[in-house]
Amino acid sequence: MTTPVKNPETQVRRPDEPLFKRLTRQQLFIPVAALALLVLFNLIADPSFFAVSINQNSLGNPVLSGNMVSVLDNASELVILSIGMTLVTASSGGQDISVGATMAIAGSVILRMVCGGQVTADTMQTPLILAVLAGVLATMLCGAFNGALVAYFKIQPMVATLIMYTAGRSIAAWINNNQLPIINDLGFKYAGTFLPGVPVPTPIFITVLVILAFWLILKFTTLGLYTQSVGINPSSSRLNGINPQMVKLLTYVILGACVAVAGFIRVSRSGSINYSRIAENIEMDAILAVALGGNALSGGKFNIYGSILGAYVIQFLTTTLYKYDVPSTALPAYKAVVVILLVVLSAPVVREKLAGMKKAPAKAAKEVA
Amino acid sequence: MKKILGIALAAALSLSMVACGNNSTPPADKSNPPANNSGASTSDPAPAPAPSDELITVGVINNDPNESGYRTANDAAMRATFTEENGYKATFYNNNDAAQQIAEAQQMIQNEVDFLLLSPAATTGWDTVLQDAKDAGTQIILFDRMLEADESMYAAAVVSDMPAEGVTAVNWLADQGLEEYNIIHIQGLMGSDAQLGRTGALDEKVAAEASWNYVTQQTASWDEETARTITQSVIDSGKSFNVIYAENNGMARGAVAALDANGITHGKDGDVIVMGFDSDKWAMEAVLEGSWNYMGLCNPMQAETVDSIIKDLMAGKAPAEKKIFTPERGFDAATITQEDVDTYGT
Repeated sequence: MTTPVKNPETQVRRPDEPLFKRLTRQQLFIPVAALALLVLFNLIADPSFFAVSINQNSLGNPVLSGNMVSVLDNASELVILSIGMTLVTASSGGQDISVGATMAIAGSVILRMVCGGQVTADTMQTPLILAVLAGVLATMLCGAFNGALVAYFKIQPMVATLIMYTAGRSIAAWINNNQLPIINDLGFKYAGTFLPGVPVPTPIFITVLVILAFWLILKFTTLGLYTQSVGINPSSSRLNGINPQMVKLLTYVILGACVAVAGFIRVSRSGSINYSRIAENIEMDAILAVALGGNALSGGKFNIYGSILGAYVIQFLTTTLYKYDVPSTALPAYKAVVVILLVVLSAPVVREKLAGMKKAPAKAAKEVA
Repeated sequence: MKKILGIALAAALSLSMVACGNNSTPPADKSNPPANNSGASTSDPAPAPAPSDELITVGVINNDPNESGYRTANDAAMRATFTEENGYKATFYNNNDAAQQIAEAQQMIQNEVDFLLLSPAATTGWDTVLQDAKDAGTQIILFDRMLEADESMYAAAVVSDMPAEGVTAVNWLADQGLEEYNIIHIQGLMGSDAQLGRTGALDEKVAAEASWNYVTQQTASWDEETARTITQSVIDSGKSFNVIYAENNGMARGAVAALDANGITHGKDGDVIVMGFDSDKWAMEAVLEGSWNYMGLCNPMQAETVDSIIKDLMAGKAPAEKKIFTPERGFDAATITQEDVDTYGT
């Protein structure tokens, strides 16, 4: 199988290089290889994993179901977060560990608006679009807070975002007066479940829209270029007329917007929230997705498609483990194994070795000739 | 210049965040106290500016009110009962970390509270606290959760009987007379009192009966979304099941969302039996509507019982029994009434 070529830099052909080395050089090599491995494993172990069927849900709508649909559906929040996380990583060379907590804030704000302050509401008290906008605004402010600490106060991103990480869930609880609100309006749940008459889960559409939006932004604005240059060298970016602080702040605000969308999907899946548990540890998965995508966690060059692929790989792995009845307490351990493998595989030393292994016989053959 | 701008910006942002939060927090519910939870474990002193001699001083140490709807109700009831109007000067502290709870308990004993009300996050490690309290003349009353200690070390315990809840639920399930029990068992936070009690009875039954099987047994750590994912993955794998035994209502709700999404009928007239625990009103309404089959009540309202015990102790009357179990029962879709929902729902 061949790896799709995304980066113009890597498109430079070096005909004398062995195929294997060319492959491993690709940024997307790792996530694609991991995905292929998972697909292969499931094909061998139980091909019915890939079966997709159409059922009727309890409202009488036709809906698609199957493991693959679940993977695409359940990965939505993570995919959206990983895009924002990639930008933050690229610009500031660090990660935002508060995304789970700020997702709780977004969810809390949205539920507070649609429930109108009641504990249980049967119909939406505020138009949905207003509620979502309020959620977006809230998390963009959180993002701006994080971004300001990182960009202007030059605090390490992990330390700066630790503040929101610690306080976020308490703020979320406080927004709703410590109540756990529930909304029973079906219209609210469209975004997290199914639109009437559409068999594909709505989160998949939202994710596609978000990816499309970022594709357009990166294609038609200089955001990508600026983010990369700030990540690689802030001072020389400044000399070239880019304001590094502003760019860093901007990436955190963009991540804030992503968090709100993810939080909205999460609360509309059930129409309720549990502040301590919602999106628990999702920040670690988002960071893992960025790393899986072959992005350097120290910033600089980035590829959001790698992160997106990485996020799907993580969800694929989770779903596979569920299918084989691995206890969910053990899931983090399996993920840890994956992380160790990845980190080792992507270490330059190992990559050189791997490439060298394949090269050596070729060289020997040449010498003989 | 840049620096000043930066400071101003950050200050403006943090201010605007506070302002934003304030706007969206109207004075909604009178019975509900201000947020006091997980990360920021604060202890807020009672509003009483001048303590009078007649007030009984109590220190209340509880778990994080956000952990579940059950805890929210439990915490709110404690705060509503131990007020100045009822003759108390109370200090509240919430934390899910036993070590923090112990430190705060010692502080409260040093402050010479009359009574220390305790819902321990862990069952062990309290020996020194109990001894210190005894030496200082502070009486300890346990509520909701037990700890491992000799009965002489505390004045009374008003606790939920988790193993009994499990047994009641499993007996109810056995009475349904299904030919085969294929159970999706969604567990709570592993190692907690509630999880151990509710899992224990079911584990025993499944081990004893050939017709009782686990389709899957997974923990969702009280999380609704994880419960939904677990149920969805069972449905995706095509395994058949007819019982969902979720160890709290939130997780049962998540599982039901997965059933609904796949058009699997549940409840009184459905294919799948749905069971939940705790005391949420919406869950009891679901049982009343017949979309769920059973809810094991875990009564969070210990505050009144604790209140009367304290008043008795002050009058020199020791409680008849040291360990008082809050009345627990199960609600069945066939027999539940609106009155039950109004009485027990929180």
